[in-house]
Amino acid sequence: MLKINNLHVSVGDKPILKGLTLDVPAGEVHAIMGPNGAGKSTLGYALSGRPGYEATEGAVDWRGESLLDLEPAERAAKGVFLSFQYPIEIPGVPALTFVRTALNAQKRARGEEEVSAPAFLKQVKAASAALKMDFDMLKRPLNVGFSGGEKKRMEILQMALLEPSLLILDETDSGLDIDALRIVSEGVNALRSPDRAMLVITHYQRLLDYIKPDRVHVLAAGRIVASGGPELAHQLEAEGYDKYLPQAA
Amino acid sequence: MSTAVDLRDPSTFPSRRVEAWKYTDLARVLRETPPPSPTVETAPGGPFAALGGEEIAFANGRAVGADAFVASGEQTLRLRFVSDATGTGHSASVRIAVKPGAKLTLLESHEGAGAGYVASYRIDLDIPAGAEVTRVVLIDEPADAISVSVAHVKTVPGAVYRQTTITSGARLQRQETHLAHGGEGTEVTLDGLYALSGERHTDLTSVVRHGGLNGVTSQLTKGVVRDTARGVFQGKIVVERGADGTDARMGHHALILGERAEVDAKPELEIYADDVQCAHGNTVGNLDESALFYMQQRGIPADEARALLTQAFLIEVVDRIAHDGEREVVREWLTARL
Ligand SMILES: Nc1ncnc2c1ncn2[C@@H]1O[C@H](COP(=O)(O)OP(=O)(O)O)[C@@H](O)[C@H]1O
Ligand SMILES: [Mg+2]
Repeated sequence: MLKINNLHVSVGDKPILKGLTLDVPAGEVHAIMGPNGAGKSTLGYALSGRPGYEATEGAVDWRGESLLDLEPAERAAKGVFLSFQYPIEIPGVPALTFVRTALNAQKRARGEEEVSAPAFLKQVKAASAALKMDFDMLKRPLNVGFSGGEKKRMEILQMALLEPSLLILDETDSGLDIDALRIVSEGVNALRSPDRAMLVITHYQRLLDYIKPDRVHVLAAGRIVASGGPELAHQLEAEGYDKYLPQAA
Repeated sequence: MSTAVDLRDPSTFPSRRVEAWKYTDLARVLRETPPPSPTVETAPGGPFAALGGEEIAFANGRAVGADAFVASGEQTLRLRFVSDATGTGHSASVRIAVKPGAKLTLLESHEGAGAGYVASYRIDLDIPAGAEVTRVVLIDEPADAISVSVAHVKTVPGAVYRQTTITSGARLQRQETHLAHGGEGTEVTLDGLYALSGERHTDLTSVVRHGGLNGVTSQLTKGVVRDTARGVFQGKIVVERGADGTDARMGHHALILGERAEVDAKPELEIYADDVQCAHGNTVGNLDESALFYMQQRGIPADEARALLTQAFLIEVVDRIAHDGEREVVREWLTARL
C-alpha cells in the first residue's frame, strides 16, 4: 500500500534520509524505531510534504500514486495523516472550527459532500468521549495552553474524525502517562483496518505493548538498517541502539 | 499634526517633508485642486442599514438632509460618507453633539464608488459627563481613491468613548483621530484594523491627549498587508503635566504577507506627569510557517490556511467591539476580504 524506495531527503543542504526503502502492505502496522537524530521525524515530514524537507532522490508510492509531487493538503485528502511529535498551537482558531474546516476541505477535495454542523458535533462528542476528553476544551483555540498529553489526545481525536488511511504517529507516546497511553492506544487500535496502513514511530518499546506492530524497523543514520517481527522491539529495549550507531558500523 | 487639508488650496496638501505626513505623501499624489464632484443622489442604506437608527448622509460631500446631530437618550446614528465620483473632489464636515447621559452608537461608513476621487472630511464630536459613545468606522473605497478624514473628539471627566476603525485602504488614505481625554472616570478605547492588498495604502494616525487625573486609554490596532500595500500606524499618547494616575496602553501588531508590502509604525508616548502607567507594544511579523504546514497537513489548502490564520490574528480587534450587531457586520466584511 505504501512503497518507499531509496528515498533521500535533505533539510537545507544537509542529507538526512539516505536511501530509505520500506514497504507497508495494506492492513499492517509497522513500527519505526531508532536513536535520536536518526531521521524518524524527517521521514514523517517528507511523507506529509513539509516545505524544506526536499526529496532529492527516490520514490514514494501510495496506493499506486506518487506522493512526492503533491501539496500537503492534497496528500491529506488522499488519506495521509501525521500525528506530530510536537503538535502546533493555532491561536485564535477554536479546535472545533479547525477540525471541521479540515474535514470539509478534505471532503471538497475528494468531491464528497461536506458534513453539516450538527452531524459533525455528534461525531466529535462521541470521539472525544471515547478519548476521555473534556468537550469544552474543544471550544478553545487549538492546542493553545494544552498540556503535552492533551495535545497528543487532540492529535488522535483529529485522526479519529478525519479517518485517514495512512497513519503516521510520531512519538505519540511521549508526554503520556500510563492511563493516557492506554486510552490513546485504544483510539489508534480502533482505526486498524484492512484498508489502512500505519507507521508508528517511537523511541521506546512501551507503546508497542499497546499498539502491536506487524513489523519493526530500525532507522539509523537515515536508512532502515534492520527489520524484524515484534521481538526486535524487545531486543532493542534490552540492548539499546548502540550497535546501529554509525561509529559501530 | 492637525494641518487641515483644504481641497481648494493645494498649499495645504502636506508632503512627506512634514513630519506627521512622512509616510503618507499627499502632495505627491495630489498636486492641484481637483474639479468639484457632481451632485449625486443616494438612497438611505449603507453597510450598517440592518442595524437601524437615524441616518445622516453626505453624497459627494453634500448633506442629503441634516449636517449636524444632537444625540439624547439611547440612539444609533448611521453617518454615511458616500462618494460616487471619477477624478473629482469633495469635502464635508459634520458636528455631533451628545447630551449628558446619552448613549450614542455612531456607525460611520465611507462608501466609495467610481474612480480616482478625492475626499476630505472633518468630524467634531463632543462627549459630556455620563455620556457614552461607541463609534465604528467602516472605510470601503476604490483602490485609486484619495481620502483624508479627521475627527476631533472631546471628552470630559466621566465620559466613555470607544472607537474602532476598519479599512481596506485606497490609493492614499488617512484617518486621523485627535482626542482630548477628560481624565477621571473617562475611559477611551481606540482601535483599528486594516487589511490591505494590491497597491493600497492606509494611515491610521491618532493623538490622545490626557489632560486630567486617572484617565484610562486602551488602544489596539492590527493590520495585514499583502502585495505592495502599505500600512501606516502613528499613535501618540501625550500625558500632560498634572495628568497623574493616567493608565494608557497602546498596541500595534501587523502581518506582512507580501515581499514588497510595507508597514510603518510610529508609536509615541510623551509623559509629563507622575505616577502613570503607560506602555506600548509594536510587532511586525509573518504568518507562522509551522502553523501553516500543520493546517495543510490536516487538509486545509495553503490559501485557506493563510486566510484562517490571518483572520484569527485580526479578530481580536473585532472581538473588542462592544455590540453584537456591529461586531457581526464587521466580521462578515472582514471575512469577505481575506
Ligand atoms: N528543520 C531542521 N533544520 C535543521 N536540521 C534538522 C531539521 N530537522 C531535522 N534536522 C536534523 O536532521 C536529523 C534528523 O532529525 P529528526 O528527523 O528530527 O530525527 P529523529 O526524529 O529521529 O530524532 C538531526 O540531525 C536533526 O538535527
Ligand atoms: Mg523525532
